[in-house]
Amino acid sequence: MLSIKNLRASVEGKEILKGINLEVKTGEVHAIMGPNGSGKSTLANILAGKSDYEILEGEVTFLGQDLLELSPEVRSRSGLFLSFQYPVEIPGVPMISFLKASVNEHRKFKGLAPLTAGEFLKLMRAKKDMLHLDTELTNRSVNEGFSGGEKKKNEIFQMAMLEPKLAILDETDSGLDIDALRIVAEGVNALKTPENATIIVTHYQRLLDYIIPDFVHVLHNGRIVKTGGKELAFELEEKGYDWIKNGNDQ
Amino acid sequence: MENQDKLLNDITTQEYQYGFVTDIETDVIPKGLSEDVVRLISFKKKEPEFMLEFRLKAYREWLKMKAPEWAHLRIPPIDFQETIYYAAPRTSPKYQSLDEVDPELLETFKKLGIPIEEQKHLAGVAVDVVMDSVSVTTTFKKVLGEKGIIFCSFSEALIEHPELIKKYLGMSVPITDNFFAALNSAVFSDGSFCYIPKGVRCPMELSTYFRINTAGTGQFERTLIIAEDDSYVSYLEGCTAPMRDENQLHAAVVEIIAMDRAEVKYSTVQNWYPGDKNGIGGIYNFVTKRGICRGESSKISWTQVETGSAITWKYPSCVLIGDNSVGEFNSVALTNHHQQADTGTKMIHIGKNTKSTIVSKGISAGKSDNSYRGLVKVMPGATNSRNYSQCDSLLLGSTCGAHTFPYIEVGNKSSIIEHEATTSKIGEDQIFYCNQRGISTEDAIGMIVNGYAREVLNKLPMEFAVEAQKLLAISLEGSVG
Ligand SMILES: Nc1ncnc2c1ncn2[C@@H]1O[C@H](COP(=O)(O)OP(=O)(O)OP(=O)(O)O)[C@@H](O)[C@H]1O
Ligand SMILES: [Mg+2]
Repeated sequence: MLSIKNLRASVEGKEILKGINLEVKTGEVHAIMGPNGSGKSTLANILAGKSDYEILEGEVTFLGQDLLELSPEVRSRSGLFLSFQYPVEIPGVPMISFLKASVNEHRKFKGLAPLTAGEFLKLMRAKKDMLHLDTELTNRSVNEGFSGGEKKKNEIFQMAMLEPKLAILDETDSGLDIDALRIVAEGVNALKTPENATIIVTHYQRLLDYIIPDFVHVLHNGRIVKTGGKELAFELEEKGYDWIKNGNDQ
Repeated sequence: MENQDKLLNDITTQEYQYGFVTDIETDVIPKGLSEDVVRLISFKKKEPEFMLEFRLKAYREWLKMKAPEWAHLRIPPIDFQETIYYAAPRTSPKYQSLDEVDPELLETFKKLGIPIEEQKHLAGVAVDVVMDSVSVTTTFKKVLGEKGIIFCSFSEALIEHPELIKKYLGMSVPITDNFFAALNSAVFSDGSFCYIPKGVRCPMELSTYFRINTAGTGQFERTLIIAEDDSYVSYLEGCTAPMRDENQLHAAVVEIIAMDRAEVKYSTVQNWYPGDKNGIGGIYNFVTKRGICRGESSKISWTQVETGSAITWKYPSCVLIGDNSVGEFNSVALTNHHQQADTGTKMIHIGKNTKSTIVSKGISAGKSDNSYRGLVKVMPGATNSRNYSQCDSLLLGSTCGAHTFPYIEVGNKSSIIEHEATTSKIGEDQIFYCNQRGISTEDAIGMIVNGYAREVLNKLPMEFAVEAQKLLAISLEGSVG
């Protein structure tokens, strides 16, 4: 589904990603962990097509296409979803119109007719129930004045509405209370099918208690320095990143 | 980034959608301005004597006046002798039904997206269409007539209700108010007249679509709205203009008078030809709009969405004379390419406990210049009066300008004036967020800008709000980042 080969990228002349290699197949869940500033969000943003970065080298294929050639909106419509670490507020734009535009763009891309108001509301209600989302939130402006946790929940709600092929969740767990974490994780699990895949960026083992990863990668200083199974996450939790850093810097 | 620039560039090259000229015979008088021209206009319109006197007086005052230079605008010198001051469609009888209307005209309406037929049946909007200065068709008169509401062209009102015009014309905007108002007073060709009797709530939105048609014709509209005690009316003004190469001068005057407990809502969507993307052509829109809250607890609100014209000079104002009267100004002014706008309001507090609210949302893109200019003046007698002003500017790109010129004069200690102002740039992060959900940059900008303007758009009547939203999205061809 996703294949990253020797991806190097910089921002403002500073190299952040120094040769990333990653293969994600359908049905898989990958976790990416790593210390602050190691480049996790940078990788996620580059995959989603944020324009601040300069690609120095490397290739990314997504569903057989050259991902880096696609505009961010086409990446989205093709099934790539990013749950933002810091979802942005868009004052005055009602969540519901935003979502409707989004869902219908995705449908148009697939050659489907736009949803009627009734169909859309029905879909929305179902997904809201799934994530125990406060009804009132969809009547407010996009993320405006949402609490940290509400913003994260709202990201996963959007994911549920769009049913992406590849979801990249950038620290979706941070800011969620214990109950919300469980609900969000259950939501992500419920959306999992053999045809899609998930990349979870996280600092904490506890999310991985709910969403069991097939692979855990440790990103450090712009490179994936270690890859293992879910037990790697426990090991990291126990030993901290120094263990990796030291091991790697030698 | 490059993609975005390219896209923005693509949108920028879009031509103005309403650029076309209707081929209807027009009755034009020679260009230039003199006392004879003023007399000729009055004569052609078969006006009563007092009207001619009003015009001549205005003309003589105008000769002594100078065009204002204080605005933050670069206005090329205007040769007033090169302007045609009167043009009336030659085929201009009044129609009882649409079947009788010139098919060309109907075609024009279709291109403008004004489904008159639909409007007749649907929204309950009576449309007084002003085409090249003279009303061509008026609908819904009967329904309104039953309530005693007068809604007709200014010319018609002059013939049928001269006493009302004589009494109220120039009350809100005196002849000598300013250069452009004086010019309008001398040469105005037509406009709308609206009178709501005591205790009557106008059952429908009254709507006028303005349109400039004849090449080189200055258009001087005159609108007078009178709301008697305990009456209510919502008035809509909307306009588009055909594309022209030469600049067209437009100097309208709108006067509103609200008596005891009367309420007048005046909404405008202005989309005149802004000139091309190099700043060639476009309308000069020098408008004087003023409402007087004469009666106690009366209310006048101006809501405007301004996206058109090459140059806009416009300050819809409220004079709050009656105790407890309320003035409101809600504005979205969008400029792009080489457009210039200097717009805002004046709130003059005279009566006790008077209240005014100003919400101004400026949006600048391209190489345009967008200024808010507002005066809040509280007279010594206006005890306990209040004003709240909020002036926001949104910038798209770094080649445009946004300015705020607030003037506050407070003559007594019991009044409270609050002023807030913000300037922000459209967020790349917001656009990317939309992109990441499958929404194109073009749509994202339209969405974000509409969100920014929502507070004002919400004040517009439904059918207008939809049009205004589309306009904002269409007109926005700024550069981002
Ligand atoms: N636009 C930018 N301008 C300058 N530096 C940037 C920019 N974006 C990212 N960086 C830098 O790149 C490095 C990697 O940042 P990134 O956000 O990818 O880290 P991260 O692994 O997601 O960290 P965290 O765990 O704190 O979220 C950091 O040093 C950051 O300061
Ligand atoms: Mg991060």
